[in-house]
Amino acid sequence: MEKVSRELKVSALENGTVIDHIPSNRVFQVIRLLELTSEKDEIFVGVNLESKKLKEGKGIIKVSNRYFADWEIDMISLVAPSATLIEIKDFCVVVKRKFAIPDKIQAIVKCFNPNCITNHQPIITSFTVIDKEDLKLQCHYCEKITAKNNVVFL
Amino acid sequence: MKNKSLVSISDFTKEEQLRILDLAEKFEKQPRQNILEGYVVATLFFEPSTRTRLSFESATSRLGAKVIGFSDASSSSVSKGETLKDTILMVGGYADVIVMRHPREGAARYASEVSKVPIINAGDGANQHPTQCLLDLFSIRKTQGTLENLNVAFVGDLKYGRTVHSLTMALSQFNTTFHLVSPELLKLPSSIKKHIKDNNLQYHQYTDLEDVMPKVDILYMTRVQRERFSDPMEYEKVKDSCILSKALMANCKPNMKVMHPLPRVNEIDTDVDDTPQAYYFQQAQNGVYVRQAILASILGAV
Repeated sequence: MEKVSRELKVSALENGTVIDHIPSNRVFQVIRLLELTSEKDEIFVGVNLESKKLKEGKGIIKVSNRYFADWEIDMISLVAPSATLIEIKDFCVVVKRKFAIPDKIQAIVKCFNPNCITNHQPIITSFTVIDKEDLKLQCHYCEKITAKNNVVFL
Repeated sequence: MKNKSLVSISDFTKEEQLRILDLAEKFEKQPRQNILEGYVVATLFFEPSTRTRLSFESATSRLGAKVIGFSDASSSSVSKGETLKDTILMVGGYADVIVMRHPREGAARYASEVSKVPIINAGDGANQHPTQCLLDLFSIRKTQGTLENLNVAFVGDLKYGRTVHSLTMALSQFNTTFHLVSPELLKLPSSIKKHIKDNNLQYHQYTDLEDVMPKVDILYMTRVQRERFSDPMEYEKVKDSCILSKALMANCKPNMKVMHPLPRVNEIDTDVDDTPQAYYFQQAQNGVYVRQAILASILGAV
């Protein structure tokens, strides 16, 4: 059987985006958040791959002919803060950068306060990230804090 | 401040807060002024509140404006399933300003973002109640002559007390020393204590009211609710530690004033009412002048 090296696996994409170093247990969440199930182009997904960075295993997603907006990337940073973004054009790596948690988060996270107006009216949620190290999101509306353990995606 | 909504106390700068207090002083001297004649103030109370609503309605009437609104969500279109946004947009067509109390946190902030007219938050769940905070500041300044360098005690439920949280944040602008009296389970949240420390101010904690009496200029009482304790015996142990009796006032400072956001249940004995230090009813009355100042400023009549 032919052995394909890891290098070749990544650059085998002609045009598209690779998201590497996703914690294994977050891969499918990332797929859902990026709405990749409605994609028509080829997508390769690797789960439970060995990794020096991530001891519990990493995941990789390679999406052909698709590039993501900054806001989509920022959202993924909440789920996979250690991930790496690689953009490929004509088989060449043109962008390689780490994810970074943005200062504001909109629409994807639910406010943990059951009495927040956003849980009772058709309102898009909005949070300020007040602590990036130990993730704390302050709701723009009820001013209460949703902590890392309580982050629920919408 | 014209056309600006007031949702959280921090929406007004320190200067703007002081301007409201100065203006309230003028209204105290002359509460009946027709400066808002022809204006309409909507009071939308999605949950009942006699004191705040009547206070706003009095403030409005004394300035010559008219009041429209509802005092209970069940008697409005809300019970038909109308969204908050629709209600606010509709009422914004009938009034120049909306005063709103709602049981859900964040309701007033949301309303201020969809409304065409300014929103004054009269209480959103357990979150903010900025007009209460301003009337508390007014009361403190009036009785002490200043807001600077005071010793202020907060007593009772400091964990869930919305008025305590807001007033602590506001007083942190004025070199206040805080004295916190509460049962162990109802201490002031660490986020608020952090705010005190970040302003290079001090706080001292006590479990018994007696210990602060000789030290403070303001004694701000709040009710300890039985419902906050999952163990009824815990409540029984601590319920009397935060009750103010006339006897306890024997060694207080002569300038000390006792404040309470009301309603008072049993945390202040009725025999305290006749002491020169009791201030809670005047405090409620000050709410009218402060609300007049807020309405007049937001509607640009001053």
